[in-house]
Amino acid sequence: MQAQSITVSATGGDDGLEVLTFDLAGETFALEAVLVREVLDRSPETYVPGAPSFADAVINFRGRIIPLADLRLAFGLTTSGSSADSRVIVIEFEIDGEAALLGLRADKVYEVTAIPDAATEAAPRLGTHWRPDFIRRLAKRNDDIIVLPDLAAIFAARGRAALS
Amino acid sequence: MSADEGIGIFRVEAQELLEQIEQGLLDLAHNPGEKELVATVFRALHTLKGSGAMFGFDALAAFTHHCETAFDRVRKGEVPATRELVTAVLNAMDHMRALAEGRAAAATEGERLLAALELVVGSAAAGAGAPMPPVPITPTRWHLRFTLGPDVLVNGTRPLPMLDELRALGPCEIKIITDHIPPLNELIPTECHLGWDVLLTTDQPRAAIEEVFMFVMDDMTLAIEALTADTAGPAVLAQTQVPEAELAPGGDAKAWRPDASVRVPAMRLDELMDRVGELVIAQSRLKQIASASIDMNLRSVAEEIEHLASELRDSMMSVRMVPVVQLFGRFRRLIHDLARETGKEIELVTEGESTELDKTVIERLADPLVHLIRNAADHGLELPQERHAAGKPGLGRITLSARQAGAEVVITVRDDGRGVNRARVRAKAEENGLIAPTAVLSDQELLQMVFQPGFSTAATVTNLSGRGVGMDVVKRTIEGLRGTLELASPPGEGSVVRLRIPLTLAIIDGLLVRVGMARYVIPLSAVEECLELSAEQDQRSAGRSLLTIRGQLVPFIRLHDMFRTGLAPDRYQKIVVISSGADRVGLVVDQILGDHQTVIKPLSPFHAELGAFSGATILGDGSVALILDVGALVAAETHQHPAPLRAVS
Repeated sequence: MQAQSITVSATGGDDGLEVLTFDLAGETFALEAVLVREVLDRSPETYVPGAPSFADAVINFRGRIIPLADLRLAFGLTTSGSSADSRVIVIEFEIDGEAALLGLRADKVYEVTAIPDAATEAAPRLGTHWRPDFIRRLAKRNDDIIVLPDLAAIFAARGRAALS
Repeated sequence: MSADEGIGIFRVEAQELLEQIEQGLLDLAHNPGEKELVATVFRALHTLKGSGAMFGFDALAAFTHHCETAFDRVRKGEVPATRELVTAVLNAMDHMRALAEGRAAAATEGERLLAALELVVGSAAAGAGAPMPPVPITPTRWHLRFTLGPDVLVNGTRPLPMLDELRALGPCEIKIITDHIPPLNELIPTECHLGWDVLLTTDQPRAAIEEVFMFVMDDMTLAIEALTADTAGPAVLAQTQVPEAELAPGGDAKAWRPDASVRVPAMRLDELMDRVGELVIAQSRLKQIASASIDMNLRSVAEEIEHLASELRDSMMSVRMVPVVQLFGRFRRLIHDLARETGKEIELVTEGESTELDKTVIERLADPLVHLIRNAADHGLELPQERHAAGKPGLGRITLSARQAGAEVVITVRDDGRGVNRARVRAKAEENGLIAPTAVLSDQELLQMVFQPGFSTAATVTNLSGRGVGMDVVKRTIEGLRGTLELASPPGEGSVVRLRIPLTLAIIDGLLVRVGMARYVIPLSAVEECLELSAEQDQRSAGRSLLTIRGQLVPFIRLHDMFRTGLAPDRYQKIVVISSGADRVGLVVDQILGDHQTVIKPLSPFHAELGAFSGATILGDGSVALILDVGALVAAETHQHPAPLRAVS
């Protein structure tokens, strides 16, 4: 497994939030950079029969077996096959009260950047067909909108896009 | 070092010393003449007094001083170490613990304890009866001859572990008896026609030998004969000599010294284990590259790394192994307290305390064993007067033993009480609707009822056990450790629960199979046999998923359907027959790839509740294979019809 190393400096502070931006089916998303452990090229995935489609596979990350989650399903986006730009973002996050490593599929990874607090706003109640509790903040940048997903809510709901 | 830190360190030290004293005392209760034990307890008391005074625990130091003085007299031989003395000091210890932890303890309590101690020491000095000398045990030579019934293999009995258990008892000479093997054309390969002739030298009693065969007693012939020193063994023997070094460790707990060890947080060991696992995987890739290369230097380095990696893995495994004495030690106090609560006289006999098990396994065994021991004390053993009436000694005995048998450790909890009341078990099972009143059950099946959820035969719910949340939890925990559990209760001999636990949780032998594009691991210990699914059987079984194996119906699961691969199965499919308990199920796979040493990794919370998989492992090429949970698959197939796994999204 080849790793692209991305230097992450967790300064934060006055510059606002330091994030890693990436693409999911044409939409730009961002994760706090401090969560990110590594960005991997797509490596062989092992499909887990019967698992929720949101996390239907596992991969070998440096000798540890970690689940692979697909945020595209949580946001009802189309899941295309992998391309040369496809990456897996490995993050450390607490699932059900236990710190765990997990991979997130991304169609493309852009850069580590700072989003000033002033540029973000709470998700509007209307105007998106996404589950509002899945969105932590929205950030505007160059006429583009960056989605900061609420990972805790998404993982707790196991990525179910529809409220049931 | 601040004063607080100093106190913290002292408390840890005091805790260890108190544990040492407690163990020493409990040992002493059984071997009152043992000078070494008296000296150990004395030394520990002395250190506790010294450190206590140094860190300002004056009350503790003063109190300990009196106990030390009492023990000094024992050490000098002025006073014998009686049971009463041991009990008095044990009681005093709880007071010391309270003082060391800084809990408020009434001074009068200390005085009362010291007075009790003084009384015991004084009266013991006056009585001055010689303590019981320990009985020297001389090893006996036994001659065993046994044959198993023809069907035992089909029923899941494996002769090899039995021979391993015999070896664990002492040096063995084993010869196989092949006289009864029929001619080849009449031979049914699944029947057992072998017998064994064994010369065993052991210091264990005859009962220990019989115990090896306890679970197959009904289906075998066994002759055990003691050989006196001058009777020579049969001349035909002496072909297979087991070297001394291979023998399982004996019951010498003293071989393990806590002071020669280093404390390491278990988490660091787990991390190290992960790193070693990665190294082994990286090494196997290096090996592939090297074998394709003509560079001799590269090849020799690759080979060297292979050796080092496998040695490192073995050492890593052994680091995780700890002797069961750590576990058994906790129960001695439990027995002491149980005896007081129940008003029964109980002694705990432990055997094979130096047998080693993976640390994680040991921790997870503690609760089930507490439960089994409580059960034995509460339900099994009778009150002294009942025991006398039944012609038994008033002192009830609970034996806790451990020994290694191949890649497993066998732990037994045995009591010499009244045994399992079958009539009551049956009545209870019927009452709970577990069996129909007309159902015909074998003795073993009836005993198995005890492990059903919500089952409790205690006529009244007691403080100790009998809340009906017991044996099924014990069973689940043991099965979670990939172990098995059996209950036997020969009439008039109390009851025995035998746990078989794999040595380690971290590594299993697995059978690697392919279903569609994916590879899966089936724990080899659960695999009974592999067969081919003929095209004809495949056709015929379209409507029903049943297969006939030597006249017995075995249900099977097509993993292709269950895992929804969406691919056409291979033309020549294989069936892997797995068993869990008495149930068997066939798994239809595309290809059997061979055996695989599997390092088990847990699944994430996202996949933990799927049930079909117990974990995952990393294969030589770095890809991940899932490990099938045999117990869950068999239970799902034999108890209700499994729906194909469905995505829950």
